[in-house]
Amino acid sequence: MIQVSHLSKLYGSRAAINDLNFEVSKGEIVGFLGPNGAGKSTTMKILTGFMPASEGKASVAGYDVFDHPIEVKRNVGYLPETPPVYPEMVVWDYLDFSARMHQIPSNQINQAIGSIIDKTGLGEVRKRLIGNLSKGFRQRVGLAQALIHNPQVLILDEPTVGLDPKQIIEIRELIKSLGGEHTIILSSHILPEVTATCQRIIVINQGRIVAEDTLDRLTLRLKKGLIYSMTVKNPSADGIRALEEVQGVTNVTAAGPKLVIQIDSGTQEIRDRIVEKAVTKGMGVLEFSAERVSLEEIFLQLTTDESGEAGA
Amino acid sequence: MRNIWTIARRDFKTYFTSPIAYIVIAGFLAIMGWMFFFNLNHFFVENMKYQQLNMGKGVSITDGIIRPLFGNMNVVLLFLVPFITMRLFAEEKKLHTIELLMTSPVTLAEIIFGKFLSALMLVKVMLLVTLVYPIVLFMTGNPELGPIVTSYLGTILLCSCYLAIGLFFSALSENQIVAGALTFATGLFFWLISWATQSAGPVWSDILLHLSLINHYNNFGQGIINSTDVFYFLSFIGIGLFLTHRVLDSFRWR
Repeated sequence: MIQVSHLSKLYGSRAAINDLNFEVSKGEIVGFLGPNGAGKSTTMKILTGFMPASEGKASVAGYDVFDHPIEVKRNVGYLPETPPVYPEMVVWDYLDFSARMHQIPSNQINQAIGSIIDKTGLGEVRKRLIGNLSKGFRQRVGLAQALIHNPQVLILDEPTVGLDPKQIIEIRELIKSLGGEHTIILSSHILPEVTATCQRIIVINQGRIVAEDTLDRLTLRLKKGLIYSMTVKNPSADGIRALEEVQGVTNVTAAGPKLVIQIDSGTQEIRDRIVEKAVTKGMGVLEFSAERVSLEEIFLQLTTDESGEAGA
Repeated sequence: MRNIWTIARRDFKTYFTSPIAYIVIAGFLAIMGWMFFFNLNHFFVENMKYQQLNMGKGVSITDGIIRPLFGNMNVVLLFLVPFITMRLFAEEKKLHTIELLMTSPVTLAEIIFGKFLSALMLVKVMLLVTLVYPIVLFMTGNPELGPIVTSYLGTILLCSCYLAIGLFFSALSENQIVAGALTFATGLFFWLISWATQSAGPVWSDILLHLSLINHYNNFGQGIINSTDVFYFLSFIGIGLFLTHRVLDSFRWR
């Protein structure tokens, strides 16, 4: 549905995005993850035809973004970072305007607006001025605008920014319910955002893709993949040294009775051997648990590694 | 065509959901009414003098009322048009709604024509209300119809030039005040450019005279439609809209 190859965008001499390559297939929900200024919005603006790229090719719904911008725009719904709403318009009139802008036939407009208002939960505010609505409702109006022409592809730039937790959950549920029928790209610099809604994650930093995978595999990819924590009765230097000798253990750090054991990601199951070793060394195991590395850590690791290389 | 109308309709409605249209129209009518009243008054006093002194027929309604009235109207519109055009693109950029326009399946030319049309419609509404002055003249006197019709036509063309300038500066700046001020200054410049003809050499004075907006309006005021003037106005509008297109397109490339 979306193909991007060798896409670059220069602002003056500064590259906002640099040689991006990725594909999104039909019905997929893909998350763009990256710190602020990583090039997420720029990529999205290129995909929507708002902005041309400096180099490379991108096609959406089978149309090249540069050669057939009108066809691309017809098949894309776009929610920019700031919802593009007119404060002096009533919700219904605004949706009527966006429906007309997308050339929905006049006799189908009312029906289209009605169904989108139901879908986005705007029923109670449909006759109110957009300028008087809360940020959450305004965001939904923006989303309704992006969905009004039932596009194949939805591009959402930070769809939940500035919303309260309840609204965030509602918008996430809405986005999830749209997957399958629509192909969705959404961007965020907040991790739970993408883990909650996306099937696949593309991590961007400084205009480059630093990782692209499903959430599970991204976790696995991490070098320091697994961490076990163990609480013991009698910690001893001897015992800790013995644990470090277990094959697959990369590092053991002790803070009082609590030991943190780092495991090489390629290792087979070795928990039984670790516990056994601890018991034979007389440390007395009280508690043993596996700690999953959060996506935050993966993210930080990926982005800081990359920036270190780029700076060198 | 439908896209142009969609945009024009929304912008036209916005004039009336905000105070702009009411303020501009009310201001325009107040000033014009004042001017019409004193034109009329002056005209009667002058003609009375002619009659008392038996100096002949006196000034015609066309020369005594219509021409000064439209001359004044064109100056007033020079002041008011910037208020009409300044928000057209500047506001869209500020609200980020420009992204909605630019990512909808419409061309940039359609967007610009739509905006131009909405502003032109507001100007036409303003002019429509001024029809009351000729009606009063027809009820009480016997004015010539021709110069009135051509004066309206000339005023619409002249205003369209102001609008094209206004659209250009609105596209250029995100700040409405800046856009409005530049529109006014540029409109005034093209208005007064003919003043320089007095001191310029023979070739330059011709060129400057041809560039002057008001010089091309004068024929319309006398009831003459000259193809040179029409062509001048249309190309002025065309260049203005073309430059607007270039400016907006270039924003995408930056």
